[in-house]
Amino acid sequence: MTGHESIDETVVDADTDVSYRLRVNGIDHDVASAWLGESLLYVLRERLGLPGSKNACEQGECGSCSVFVDGLLVCSCLVLGAAAIDRTIVTVEGVGDESGAPSLVQRAFVEAGAVQCGFCTPGLVMTVHDLLHRSRVASDLEIREAISGNLCRCTGYGRILDAIERAFAAADEGPP
Amino acid sequence: MTTIGTRIRAPRVGESAPRPDGVPKVQGRFAFGSDLWADGMLWGKTLRSPHPSARILRIDVAPALEIPGVRCALTYEDVTGHPFYGLEHRDQPVFARDVVRYHGEPIAAVAADHPETARRALEAIIVDYEPLPPLVDAELALDADPIHPDGNLVRHLRIRHGATDTPLPPDAVSVEGIYEVGMQDQAFMGPECGLAIPSDDGGVELYISTQWLHVDRDQVAACLGLPQDKVRLTLAGVGGAFGGREDVSLQVHVCLLALRTGRPVKMVYSREESFFGHVHRHPARMWYRHSAARDGSLLRVDARLVLDGGAYASSSTAVIANASCFAAGPYRVPIAAVDGYAMRTNNPPCGAMRGFGAVQTCFAHEAQMDKLAAALDIDPVELRLHNVVAPGDVLITGQSITGTAPVAELLRRLADAPLPPARLADELLARPGGAGRTADDAHVHRGVGLAISFKNLLFSEGFDDYSTARCVLENGLVTVQCACAEVGQGFVTLAQQIARETLGIDEVVLAAADTTIGSAGSTSASRQTWMSGGAVWRACLAVRAKVLDAVADEHGCAVESLEWTDDHIVVPDGPTIEVRRFSEGRVFDEVVEYHHEPTHALDANGQGNAHVSFAFAAHRAVVDVDVQLGLTRVVEIATTQDVGRLLNPLQALGQIEGGIAQGVGLAVMEEIVFDEGRVRNPSFTDYLIPTALDMPVVSVVDLIEQPEPGAPFGAKGIGEPPTISSTAAIAAAVRHATGLALTRIPIRPDDIALATGGVAT
Repeated sequence: MTGHESIDETVVDADTDVSYRLRVNGIDHDVASAWLGESLLYVLRERLGLPGSKNACEQGECGSCSVFVDGLLVCSCLVLGAAAIDRTIVTVEGVGDESGAPSLVQRAFVEAGAVQCGFCTPGLVMTVHDLLHRSRVASDLEIREAISGNLCRCTGYGRILDAIERAFAAADEGPP
Repeated sequence: MTTIGTRIRAPRVGESAPRPDGVPKVQGRFAFGSDLWADGMLWGKTLRSPHPSARILRIDVAPALEIPGVRCALTYEDVTGHPFYGLEHRDQPVFARDVVRYHGEPIAAVAADHPETARRALEAIIVDYEPLPPLVDAELALDADPIHPDGNLVRHLRIRHGATDTPLPPDAVSVEGIYEVGMQDQAFMGPECGLAIPSDDGGVELYISTQWLHVDRDQVAACLGLPQDKVRLTLAGVGGAFGGREDVSLQVHVCLLALRTGRPVKMVYSREESFFGHVHRHPARMWYRHSAARDGSLLRVDARLVLDGGAYASSSTAVIANASCFAAGPYRVPIAAVDGYAMRTNNPPCGAMRGFGAVQTCFAHEAQMDKLAAALDIDPVELRLHNVVAPGDVLITGQSITGTAPVAELLRRLADAPLPPARLADELLARPGGAGRTADDAHVHRGVGLAISFKNLLFSEGFDDYSTARCVLENGLVTVQCACAEVGQGFVTLAQQIARETLGIDEVVLAAADTTIGSAGSTSASRQTWMSGGAVWRACLAVRAKVLDAVADEHGCAVESLEWTDDHIVVPDGPTIEVRRFSEGRVFDEVVEYHHEPTHALDANGQGNAHVSFAFAAHRAVVDVDVQLGLTRVVEIATTQDVGRLLNPLQALGQIEGGIAQGVGLAVMEEIVFDEGRVRNPSFTDYLIPTALDMPVVSVVDLIEQPEPGAPFGAKGIGEPPTISSTAAIAAAVRHATGLALTRIPIRPDDIALATGGVAT
C-alpha cells in the first residue's frame, strides 16, 4: 500500500504495514508504514502526537478514549486506525476554540471541581459535548445514563454532574 | 477569587482554589506517564505466570529474540543488583526464578520496537512449569507448609487491653459473628506506566506514575545494583492511585530493559495486566464477640482477624496493625482481646488501599453494634452514642485521644438529617437493576443503615514519615518544590494556597516532583496535606523569616516590630513594603524537613502510643432492594466527617464523594474473583466499579471543623474516612431492607435472592 485510497481487505494480510491519511481536528495527518492492527487510539496517541484520548482499559468499557468519528461518539480503542480513513475525526484536543481556549464544557469541568486525577476527563468532556449536541434538556437520570459509559474512579461523579449542569446552563447562552 | 480594590487576589487557605492542572487536564494536554515519548523509544512488556503455584523447570527466551524487532528479553539471570524488592520486606523477586507463588507473577520482560512485536515475543518465550497445589485459604496457611522462605505468617498482632482475665458479669449480653470481606481492586483509571531513559553516567532517568518517588528509588537502585544518585526519578502524571501504586510494579523491569538496550523504554500495562500488576485490598475473615451491660455500656470486645496478604508481604504488616488497632471502632471498650493475623498464600498479593485495614474491621464492628443493639433492644444510634469515644478517652491500644474527636456530634448531626423522599413508582431507571427494568415494584424494599468509623492519620508505630519542601522567593514569584506525588488528590492546589497564605504572593509555581530533593513520604495514610502541606508551610515560613530579617536590616529596626499582613510588611514609623516588590532582585531559598510528633512501637500486649492522630466519619445509607432478584440500588449516602479544618472546600467535597463511591463499590459491586488462586475477572467487563447510574446522591450533612492540635492549619486528612464506614452503612441498610444477616461484602444478588426466596422477612 502506498497511496491513501481505502484499504482492500483482499490484498492486505494482517502483518502488512500500511500507509494512510487521517483527518483529525481539521488537519490531515499522514500515517506511514503502520501495522494494520493498530487501533485509532494507538495511532492518535503514538503516531500523531495526540495523547489526549486516554488508554484506561482499551476494551471499550471505560470511555476514556472517546472521540467523534463523523460526528458519532466512539471508543477509539475499538476502531482500527485504518478504518477511519476518509472520516472526520475530532479528539479532545479539537473541541476548544481556535485560539486554544477551553470549550464551555471544559471550563465547566474545571470550575465545578470535576477534575481530580483527570484520566477519565478527556473522555467525559467528549461525552458531554455529544450530550449537548443531542439534547439541551435532560433529567438527572438521563444525564447519569448518558455518562454511564465513562468510568471515573476519583470523583464519585458528583462534581461531574455539577459540571454538566453548568455546561447546560452555559450552552443556553452560546455554542459549546 | 476575591477582589481587593482593583486587583484579583488568588485564593488562600480555606478557599476553593481551582486546580493548577485543571485546564491542561480537560484539554488533554496534561502529560500522564503513559503519554510520554522519547526518540528511539522501545516498548516493554512482562511475561507473567499462568499458575498460582508452580515450579519453574525451564525458561527459554531464545525464540523471542529471533523475532525481528525484539531487542532484548530478560529473566532473573539478568537482574544486575538485589534479586528481591518489597515495600517493607524485600521478599518479592524481580523475576521468578525456581517457583511462582501467584497467578500473574513476573517471569520475564521484553523490549521491542512495537508493542505488538513485544506481545508476540512474550508468546514465543518457552516456560516449562510443574504446577503445584496452591495454598489459597489464609486460615489454613498458619499450619501449612511454608510457600516462601520467610514463612506463611507475615505478622500476628496481639492486643490485650484491660483486665482480660476478669469474667463478665452474669447479666452481660454477648453477640458473636463471623464476617468476610472480598478482595477489592483500586481500579485507578490510568494504568501503570513508566519511561526509563539510560543516562551517560551509566545511570537511568525514570519517569514514573507512583505514590512515593523515594521508596521506589531505593528499591530500584538496589535491584539495579546502582548507587542511589544514579537512579533519578521524576513523577509522571498519575491517573489515580488509592494505594495501588505504593508498591513497585514495572519500575525495576523498565529500568533493566533500558539499561540493557541502551535505549529509552516505555511500559504501559493493559487493564488486564494492571489487575495482576498491583496489590489489592486484603480479603478478611473476622470473628467477633461483643459483650455489653444491660444499659448498653460496652464491656468487652474479642476478635480474631485473618487477612489474606497473598504471596508477598507488601504492606501487610501495617495493614494488619490498622485492622487490629481499630478493630473495636471509635468506642470506649474497657477490655479487649484482639488477635490479628496477616497470612501469606498463593492468592494475589495484597497491600495498601484507601482505608488500609480499617475498612475490613469497620464492616464487622458496625454489624456487631447493630446486632448488639437488637439483642439489647436499644436503638442503634443510642447504643453508639452511649459508647462513642471523646477526647481524653483511651483506645484498645491504651493510647489516649489527645486531639479532637467530635464523634458524638457527627452521629447526632447525621441521625437528625432528613431522609430522602420515597421513590416514585414510575421512575423505572431509579429501580434496582436500573435500565434492565427487571425489578417489580412490589418486590422492592427500602432499608436505612448507619455506621461510624475512625482511622489513624500519617504513619504509625514509630515510623518517621517526614516530608521535605523547598521554597524560593525571587522577583515576586514563589517556586515550591516537593517530591509529594500528586495522584489526583489536589496537593498541588493546596501547596499553592499554603504558599500564598504564608507569603502573600499570588504567583506560586510548583517545580517538578523528583528525587533531586529529599523524600516527601508516601501519598497515602491521609498524610500529604498534613506532612507535605506542613513542609511547604514551614519552608515558606523560613523564607518569610529571611524576608523579615532583610527588611529589618534595611530599615534598621527590630524584626519583632515588623508586621506582616498578607502581601505587605509594615515598618513602624516607616513605609509599607509590598513583599512582591521587595523580592525583586533578591533570592530567598529555604529547604525544610518536616517531621510529625514521634510515635512508638506497640508492646507485647499491643499497647502503646502508636498513632499521631485520628479522623472520624459517619455514614447513613438508604438502599432500595429487590428482594426477589437480589438487586440493590443505593439511593443516598448522607455523611458527616471530622475534618479539622477545611483548606479547600471544593476539593474536600470531591474527596468525600469519590471515597464514598469506592465504599459503594465494595458494598455491592466490586470483588476480584479468584478460584484456586486464579483471577477470573481481570477486566472492566467483569470487575464492575460504580458508574454514574450506580452512584447514589451524596448528602454532606456536616463537616465538623475543630482544628487538630499539632496539624498545620488544624487540618486533618480527609481522603480515607469516606471509604471506611460508607460500606458498613450500606450493608446495614440492605440488612434492614431484607432482614438477612449478610455477613459478607460485597453483597451479591444471590446472597439476597437465594436467602429470601423472594420474600423479605
